[in-house]
Amino acid sequence: MSVSTSDTTITHEPPFPVRMARMLWADKFALCAVIFLLIIIVLALVGPSWLGELATKQNLRGRNLAPFDWSREWVWWMGADALGRPLLARIIVATQNTIMVAAGAVILSSVTGTLLGLVAGFSSPRVGQVIMRLADVIMSFPSLLIAVIVLYLLGSSILNLVAVLSITRIPVYLRTTRAEVLEIRERMFVQAARVMGASQNRILFRHILPVVFPTLTTLATLDFAYVMLAESALSFLGIGIQPPAITWGLMISQGRQYLTNAWWLSFWPGLAIIMTTLSLNLLSNWLRIALDPVQRWRLEMKGRKNG
Amino acid sequence: MLSFIRKRSVASLISLVGLLVLVFFLSRLTGDPAALFLPVEASAEMKQQFRELHGLNDPLMVQFGRYVGDVVTGDLGESLRKARPALGVVTEAFVWTLWLAVITMSLVTAAAIVVGSLAAFRSGGFFDRLSSIISLVGASVPDFWLAIVAIVVFSVNLAWLPTSGTGSILHWILPIAVLFVRPFGIIVQVVRGSMIGALSSAYVKTARAKGVKAGPIIFIHALRNAMLPVITVIGDQAASLLNGAVVVETIFGFPGVGKLMIDSILQRDFNVVLAAILVTALAIFLMNLLIDLAYALLDPRIRH
Amino acid sequence: MAEHLLEVRNLSVEFHTAAGVVHAVRNISYHLDRGETLAILGESGSGKSVSSAAIMNLIDMPPGRISAGQILLDGKDLLTMPPQARREANGRRIAMIFQDPLSHLNPVYTVGWQIREAMTTHGMPAEQARSEAVRLLTRVGIPDPEGAMGKYPHEFSGGQRQRVMIAMALALRPDLLIADEPTTALDVTVQAEVLALLKELQRETGMGVLIITHDLGVVAEIADRVVVMEKGELVETGTVRDVYKNPKHPYTKKLIGAAPGKGEMHIAQLSGEPLLSVRDIRKRYGSFDALKGVSFDLRAGETMAIVGESGSGKSTLARVLLRLDEPDAGTAHWKGRDLFQLSPSELYKLRRDLQMVFQDPTQSLNPRMTVFQLVSEAWAIHPDILPKRQWRERVAELLVQVGLSAEHMSRYPHQFSGGQRQRIAIARALALEPQLIVCDEAVSALDVSVQAQVIALLDKLRRDMGISFIFIAHDLPVVRDFADYVMVMQKGEVVELGTVREIFETPREAYTKALLAASLDPDPDVQAEHRAARLKRA
Repeated sequence: MSVSTSDTTITHEPPFPVRMARMLWADKFALCAVIFLLIIIVLALVGPSWLGELATKQNLRGRNLAPFDWSREWVWWMGADALGRPLLARIIVATQNTIMVAAGAVILSSVTGTLLGLVAGFSSPRVGQVIMRLADVIMSFPSLLIAVIVLYLLGSSILNLVAVLSITRIPVYLRTTRAEVLEIRERMFVQAARVMGASQNRILFRHILPVVFPTLTTLATLDFAYVMLAESALSFLGIGIQPPAITWGLMISQGRQYLTNAWWLSFWPGLAIIMTTLSLNLLSNWLRIALDPVQRWRLEMKGRKNG
Repeated sequence: MLSFIRKRSVASLISLVGLLVLVFFLSRLTGDPAALFLPVEASAEMKQQFRELHGLNDPLMVQFGRYVGDVVTGDLGESLRKARPALGVVTEAFVWTLWLAVITMSLVTAAAIVVGSLAAFRSGGFFDRLSSIISLVGASVPDFWLAIVAIVVFSVNLAWLPTSGTGSILHWILPIAVLFVRPFGIIVQVVRGSMIGALSSAYVKTARAKGVKAGPIIFIHALRNAMLPVITVIGDQAASLLNGAVVVETIFGFPGVGKLMIDSILQRDFNVVLAAILVTALAIFLMNLLIDLAYALLDPRIRH
Repeated sequence: MAEHLLEVRNLSVEFHTAAGVVHAVRNISYHLDRGETLAILGESGSGKSVSSAAIMNLIDMPPGRISAGQILLDGKDLLTMPPQARREANGRRIAMIFQDPLSHLNPVYTVGWQIREAMTTHGMPAEQARSEAVRLLTRVGIPDPEGAMGKYPHEFSGGQRQRVMIAMALALRPDLLIADEPTTALDVTVQAEVLALLKELQRETGMGVLIITHDLGVVAEIADRVVVMEKGELVETGTVRDVYKNPKHPYTKKLIGAAPGKGEMHIAQLSGEPLLSVRDIRKRYGSFDALKGVSFDLRAGETMAIVGESGSGKSTLARVLLRLDEPDAGTAHWKGRDLFQLSPSELYKLRRDLQMVFQDPTQSLNPRMTVFQLVSEAWAIHPDILPKRQWRERVAELLVQVGLSAEHMSRYPHQFSGGQRQRIAIARALALEPQLIVCDEAVSALDVSVQAQVIALLDKLRRDMGISFIFIAHDLPVVRDFADYVMVMQKGEVVELGTVREIFETPREAYTKALLAASLDPDPDVQAEHRAARLKRA
């Protein structure tokens, strides 16, 4: 009786976290990005309570103090602003608002967008069409302009800012999720689950969502960078975060009038934005490969060569 | 093909109408419209007068009917600040932005296709790495920051280029350069990925088996297929170029529709804001139609 | 000694991958003369396509590397030729056709343009190339060749697309044609036509043909000599007849032994009440009639094979019976209850009785679930079958039953081979203890030797557990040893329904006869008889 299999070679695989760590080690750019982002997150959490006082105390003798004065305390190394407040300390304190607005918008938009996408992809075609048309309305107009208009109508506050930024980003998740759901629900393993009698919820949350999840993670990382840029642009235009609260975008705006004699006022917060968005982009590129079973070998191969 | 285009335009038209409705209700439902349309310092009496004059005390649906009627006949009201029809003010500004967008997008598209294709052809090579670093940084830089840094360097320190205005060709260089960066970074990455896919496809294998040279394989066999996903991204980027235009026009004092919109918002000239939204939305609608058309031209499978 | 048209000498090709260096082919040698057909026979992973890719210069380097050997075309080594000369040999001296013509034709250019390009690339003037292209399309049997020139690949059927590929490959009358699984994706009747066309064209032009296949039937039909490959090595070579009648290498013996359609046929016992009674099922998709009134009965413990080509409606029937699609009309009584009238809760209960095994196990197993999760999901959905603490034990039992072992429980599907994955899918179906399993092309995607193993497993389950099967296939030989009844379908209708003996020995309908005639026998002598009979009829 030949019911036993002819080939018994079954490849071994280490557990998920170990593999991710190895793949991260294999991509040094992504590793740096992750480390940088971890620092940013820590600063966002402790920044205001740690340096809040220092960042708001005016010091008229230190107005527009130039950077790279190593003889002073480290918070002054990036110079000071027009009111003599140390820039480095202000950047660290501003991390919290900047990250909080972006994180709030990304979480809100990704959760709503994903849920709507699941509904649009899995319910009757008519409901799906209605949801998609709404997304089209939002997508048919530049997001920054929508934000400008809505903030003008509703007034600017952190909450409104988060809300409007997330509304403009919902279609991104919605479309991706719906497209994936439409594709995955026709896949054989979903059909197999249906044949076993699996309920809609089970199919949606056990079979479809886990397959869409990596794509959404990659997308959310990329979107975090996008939302951050949008928030800073709005704050720069004066309709985002209002003083005395600060974000990096607002700091650039405040430094703009001193451009000719104190470039550092705008330069450093801009650099903070670039470093963070760059890290997010790098991380997203890495995730795209690391979470894709078809492409993963590229990183695993590199890791083997290095280690 | 015609039915494809018709279907797509109906879909976008619905979006356009949706936007109209949204803007109307947002402007009427959020507190007092008179406060939006009139200067901040207007007295309660003036507001009352304004409401009666514009029928703002009528039922909402009546107002909506009137609004739709006005929009269809092209009557978008007067600019309160300039005492001219709002539509005229907006179209005047829009031409500037259109030129800015067309020039920038043409440059971006051409550059991104060349750089992305070359990077894909020798993927993993030096040029590929260089282009991916440039495109990553390009996609990460805030445009307003880039704009003011560019002013500091090229206008203030080097004094090569003017800081603002529209007098000469020199005035266009900085706005275009700043607007160029982000879409370029994004499109290069898409071209590269799409091109790598096309170059490893089965039909390229067939072409190699036929003995076709490397040049035609890249630029005839692979590129046309690779352009299909790229076109969609070009469309998206062209639309969001208007995002950048708001910032860049404000900084460089460029009299386009982005600057007009911000100025009108700050001056509470709501008719102009509304007209600007409508004109922009219409332009995006037409552009999407163009994108669909280009898509159908490139891919015979869509035409059927 | 005269020079051979093609001679491959001691060729070794390796690929550098994540798992280290893979030796795709190791030290293989073979030759081919003008007017001759050589088949390279092998299963997936045998490296059968690698040497032809090397001949065509289609190996991507890196990750590939030709580590040793020569490829002589009329005595000149292709591997050491300057790039320019090497490129010009492609299309002019050697040409190639592929398995999947849809993806191998450029979707955005017309067929006429692509055939012309094959000629203009090598310097033919455009006008001449155009008239040549029309002549070629006429020759390969494309209707309305002038009109076809302006059409795109997606506007043709699968068989026509392969004809277009052939026209393109033969444009410059090459000396050598390489055909890589040219008929694998085609229906059997179309396969026979395409192979016949290749043979005719070879007689006309005198070219050498190198055909790569996994199918002994194709070898028997078209080849003069055969090279058998296993895991990158050449294990046997000789004339087709010699190799088939006197295989020397154990692998060749196993391959020939695994070819379907040679065992004892079942004798059906006509007794008992029907378990499933299907009457007049109809289903439309838009304007396309997928099922135009299908009826049959199935008794407990019986196996009904449903055979048909693409578009016959056989898979739609399976989907409708399992309520994955809703029928437009008709009834299907399961133990006296109409399946199509069940309420959701009744349907949920019924799911336990009716299970399905799909064609491609790579697709039908959720890639993010372990084998344990995959098999035990049945009990998560139907909690009353088995208490949770017994799951582990029962999964282990089922895995052993399908020929795997208990320690495979924590693995993911991608860690298994194709045949092993199909065993997991069968274990999953068994978890619900069903009375009927519908197998939709369940062995079509598997290698011949694995196919035989999986059918043996299904046969054992049938005998041990009395499970009924509906076994859907596009190929008649596969169902011959396994089915009690065979239902032949064409364009949504039942053409013929009978016991397996009736269908194979005394078919009544012309279509059944055509299907039988078109299906290829691995025995070259039998196949030669078929060919002679076909010629006489024509």
